[in-house]
Amino acid sequence: MPANRFNGYTDLGVGIGLRIPHYQHIFANKPVVDWFEIISENFMVDGGRPLEVLDQILERYRVVQHGVSMYFGSAERLNRDHLRRLKALVKRTNTPWLTDHLCWGSVDGRYTHDLLPMPYTFEAARVTARKIREARDFLEVPIAVENVSSYAEFHVSQMTEWEFLNEVVERADCGILLDVNNIYVSSRNHSFNPYEYLNSVPPERVAQIHVAGHSKYEKYILDTHDHPVITPVWKLYDHAIRRCGNTATLLEWDDRIPSFERVHAEARKAEKFRSADVELIPG
Amino acid sequence: MKLAELQRLMAADVMRPLTTADDLISPQNQASLYVKPNDTLTSAERLQIYNRGYWYRVLDSLREDFPGLRVLLGETAFTNLSEAYLADCPSTSFTLVNLGSKLEDWLRLNPQWAGRHADLTLDMVRLEWAHIEAFDRAALKEIGPEDLAEFSSTLKIQLQPHVRLLDLQYPVDELRTGAEIRAGARATGRRLTKAPLFVAVHRNDGYVYYRRLEPAEFNILQSLQRGGRLSTVLTRALHNQPVPADLQQWFAAWAQLGWLCHAKPPRKRRPAEP
Repeated sequence: MPANRFNGYTDLGVGIGLRIPHYQHIFANKPVVDWFEIISENFMVDGGRPLEVLDQILERYRVVQHGVSMYFGSAERLNRDHLRRLKALVKRTNTPWLTDHLCWGSVDGRYTHDLLPMPYTFEAARVTARKIREARDFLEVPIAVENVSSYAEFHVSQMTEWEFLNEVVERADCGILLDVNNIYVSSRNHSFNPYEYLNSVPPERVAQIHVAGHSKYEKYILDTHDHPVITPVWKLYDHAIRRCGNTATLLEWDDRIPSFERVHAEARKAEKFRSADVELIPG
Repeated sequence: MKLAELQRLMAADVMRPLTTADDLISPQNQASLYVKPNDTLTSAERLQIYNRGYWYRVLDSLREDFPGLRVLLGETAFTNLSEAYLADCPSTSFTLVNLGSKLEDWLRLNPQWAGRHADLTLDMVRLEWAHIEAFDRAALKEIGPEDLAEFSSTLKIQLQPHVRLLDLQYPVDELRTGAEIRAGARATGRRLTKAPLFVAVHRNDGYVYYRRLEPAEFNILQSLQRGGRLSTVLTRALHNQPVPADLQQWFAAWAQLGWLCHAKPPRKRRPAEP
């Protein structure tokens, strides 16, 4: 549902990612944007231009934090230094909710800086849910986890990806950042029906939706965020909106970034699927 | 297979030096033990997508952070150095910004990767790491030029955390700011000659700058880094040498640049355990 306890009961509309190539345009033209998503790690610093820019943005815009290295799914404990810095940033931005990925990426203190896929096991769900709860208790802000694109599956998995997502969010009692492009990419890489995935997601837990472009290779699809959103992904988005309502939506464009106007126009395509009288698909 | 065991196996394969899918199915690296194949890709090929992604990501990050080193060594030698460094010192931070933090120490232990002029290479690494630190280190409340007029002998001062001080053997600051770096081309036509110098790498209005320093100026700034009362700072720096004639001007310039701030109070010691 659009405003719920997992997104701080906000109803933010359509946003875009705050990216360096757009700073000049934003400060010069002050475009109307519903909200910006920032990559938390880029601003978890002690000083300098990143924080100066952020403070200027915060004067005019609503900002939501999105992380890439909390690694809720890693078997090791949460990084306390990371959490402390993240909390300082949460206080600065007053983000109504905070997101990171349902993945792992570090082992024994060594970081891959990737969003590695989870084995869909009950043990992994328990570990992940416990860490999400710990982070939420420490950060004192609602947390939503994002489904990632993946290119590998594990022999040890005991359930489907969507069953695992549900298992984790129920145990953690957290929200979902539903990335419909990631569902599409993984559905092609692992030959499942993306609508079966979407239909299994509990709509009342969806705090936010991501849309993005990807790259198609001969034998697989890679989640590259460097293209416009393709029609099949917009169709998935349409379906998601009809299940969840007009949920806060963000377009990701992180590589080969075009002009601000181009990115913003691509994001606003989402608006044609959103309307005040969107007809929700029952349960 | 337990979660921790699977993640250790996969992380080792993902971070393995760039390799072919064949290597990933060798007896030592049995991808098929834990990764499922599908209709189009073998287990190893699926794993290789992550292995490539890892190396492109970390190598790109170092390339971006050390453009001067790239110019000095050339692309091939820089890539070889980066791969060897990252194999020994993978990231231990949640942010890629810290990826090059151990490069100087590693290079001292592994000079075979530093090219023909190891001192020059080390100077460039130190300058570029200082550049990264200066970019986003803290800036505390400044002591401005107007505050200097009311400078009291009891006031404790220190250097801003974002000001990094370097004693260099070569004028690598010129190369780093020069056209070669902007063009991304190798400085083949240019030779840097040894000429010891002192440089402050600092931030002003969000941008990083290099400022050459006099030797005595460098000593006083180094002492300021440790913080304290002005008299303590000067005594520590001058070692009974006469006070430099330019001292007042230097302080005025440092205050103008926003380099001076109030010293942090020392941490309270915990009482000893009974």
